[in-house]
Amino acid sequence: MNFLNALVALLNFVVIPAASYGAQLAVGALGVTLIFGILRFSNFAWGDTMAFGTMVVILFTWLFQSMGISIAPLPTALLALPFGILITAAFLLGTDRVVYQFYRRQKAKPIILVVVSAGVMFIMNGLVRMIIGTEEQNFADGGRFLISAGDFKAWTGLAEGLAIKGTTAVTLVTALLTMAALFWFLQKTRTGKSMRAFSDNEDLALLSGINPDRVVQVTWVIAAALAVIAGTLYGLDKSFRPFVYFSLLLPIFASAVVGGLGSPMGAVAGGFVVAFSEIVVTYAWKKVLTYLVPESWAPDSLMQLLSTDYKFAVSFSILIIVLLFMPNGLFNKGK
Amino acid sequence: MKKLLLATAATALCASFASAEDVKLGILFGFTGPIESLTGHMKNAAEAAIAEVNASGKSKFAFSDVTGDTTCTGADVAVTAAEKMVTADGVKGIIGGDCSGVTGAILQKVARPNGIVMISPSATSPALSTAEDDGLFFRTAPSDAREGEVAAQILQEHGVKTIALTYSNSDYGKGLAEAISSSFEKLGGKVSINIPHDDAKSDFSAEVASLAAAGGDILVVAGYVDQGGKGIIQASLDTGAFSKFELPGGMVSDSLTKNFGKSIDGSYGQVASSDSPGAAILLDIGKKNTPAFDASSPYASESYDAAALIMLAMNATGSSDPKVYKEKIMEIANGPADGSGTKILPGELGKALDLIAAGKAIDYDGASGVTLIGAGESAGRYKEFDIKDGAFETIKFR
Repeated sequence: MNFLNALVALLNFVVIPAASYGAQLAVGALGVTLIFGILRFSNFAWGDTMAFGTMVVILFTWLFQSMGISIAPLPTALLALPFGILITAAFLLGTDRVVYQFYRRQKAKPIILVVVSAGVMFIMNGLVRMIIGTEEQNFADGGRFLISAGDFKAWTGLAEGLAIKGTTAVTLVTALLTMAALFWFLQKTRTGKSMRAFSDNEDLALLSGINPDRVVQVTWVIAAALAVIAGTLYGLDKSFRPFVYFSLLLPIFASAVVGGLGSPMGAVAGGFVVAFSEIVVTYAWKKVLTYLVPESWAPDSLMQLLSTDYKFAVSFSILIIVLLFMPNGLFNKGK
Repeated sequence: MKKLLLATAATALCASFASAEDVKLGILFGFTGPIESLTGHMKNAAEAAIAEVNASGKSKFAFSDVTGDTTCTGADVAVTAAEKMVTADGVKGIIGGDCSGVTGAILQKVARPNGIVMISPSATSPALSTAEDDGLFFRTAPSDAREGEVAAQILQEHGVKTIALTYSNSDYGKGLAEAISSSFEKLGGKVSINIPHDDAKSDFSAEVASLAAAGGDILVVAGYVDQGGKGIIQASLDTGAFSKFELPGGMVSDSLTKNFGKSIDGSYGQVASSDSPGAAILLDIGKKNTPAFDASSPYASESYDAAALIMLAMNATGSSDPKVYKEKIMEIANGPADGSGTKILPGELGKALDLIAAGKAIDYDGASGVTLIGAGESAGRYKEFDIKDGAFETIKFR
């Protein structure tokens, strides 16, 4: 019984929150890694792209809610997702036409593109704040819980409760489908293959007749889809605030770098590594240990490795350790 | 020609009023920055007090005001604004600053070197109680240390033995959390964990995981309702970690009950609020005033009181010299020890000036029920509330 209690406490407070946070990071990191692999720069505007996409989804969600359209028990935002992706894709393609294309034609160095993307970041930043404001928005509707902590306790008679939120399930399923679709696309379709070829060796790809403009466009469209999905899942699960999305940039980049920039598989793994280590390192293990060890050994202290203030430091430390010992990331072979 | 005559007459009339000494007061709030939505009401309330004194025609001084912006967070900007007020505009007293951090900076860098009296309506950090002030600093807002004591008492009366505590990672949150934990421990309670949360984030799983692991009868959330505090409550409810919360002032707002409804029933807390009759009177004054202001907006009534205290003290001593009138502020606010002072409410500043001129003692109560204690800070009245059926329910004032 004590062992079960420990297990449930661990699941409820560590595994489930970290898995859903990790899935959100992973989808976000996939977009970063895709842009890095194919367009060859780190897109600093990524957090605000997510904010923009989520904002469009929220606006459509409100529209649908006002029209009385719902897909309960699923959140209405899922229905608004395709529209968000469409508009965000158009927005990104427009940005590419107006801003990035010029620098690409100039064969500008990646670092210049990074600075350019920081400029784009500020514009998007302002745009989102002008349209939806700086305040927090909650747009999750539909079923709140699959299992609530109270119900779980009543069913099992355990002292510890296990809660699975509806949004957690939605996050995990959507993220899984998104990843599967992306990998299928990259591995099996002609366009996907040409994208990978372009990423591996640009000159060779051009020689074999791949249209670079098309590759770039497809990349932006996929990036838009990933940004909107990641942003919407995060917003559904937590809440939407432009400033929070901007600061998501750090954990998302950490995830992408840990996995190896340019490696989709690595981005997914990186997302979960970052999310789990943030929570595991700062978790107070007292409760779980108290269940597991004989009573007389029960710890008095909180058994916490690091205070929760150091959450962000964890992302940074992983980043530094990986860059020191495996500069190509965990999943990038060779290069 | 007729117009010219009229104008001359008007000027002459004005000149006769101006025979009283002109005194400038500084209003120094964060008109931009995190509390910009409050400072407009605060300024209008302070200016209403100034206008009331001038209109009574009984003041020995003709008051006017200059405003300055502290930005609430930028100490350098705030100090520059204060410096300009004192040296260029020649103010004789400052109503401000607003946020605790900048108020401390202005006090040390401008008010003390220049010997200017400051009355802050809204700085609540306990650190300001012990700051060196040469007797120049007062506040009509209570220190958070007082809220800590009240919170600890309420917790104890509810039979709580152990609390888990999380605070917004800001000067306000940190000061309040320290006050609550030290007061609660003094009463024999135990604080199982005391951790900050970051207002710039939405993901609080790590924080709630630690809070849950440490455990406690109730979770004290010393944060902001529209920022991290809400996320902490949401995550606690979602994971089933806590279902009851003790909520200090920063968490009290209609958005709290709107968001959580009945799911936080049984939670309780306290918020600085006065049951003094003055509050209602000022509410009326605010509605009729041009520009109108909302006296129930946080710290608006304290701002009116801060301005009134400075002006009454100047009249009582007959001097606009801060070194002279600072001695009188406590006496005006509290009245003689035997309680014989006439209570003064908002809208009665003219009457107060009459009494002062007649040499009678007054006890300024104002809109926020001013009683200054210690080094010149408001004793503070707190409203204890419960959350029942998804709504705030006032229990009592203490």
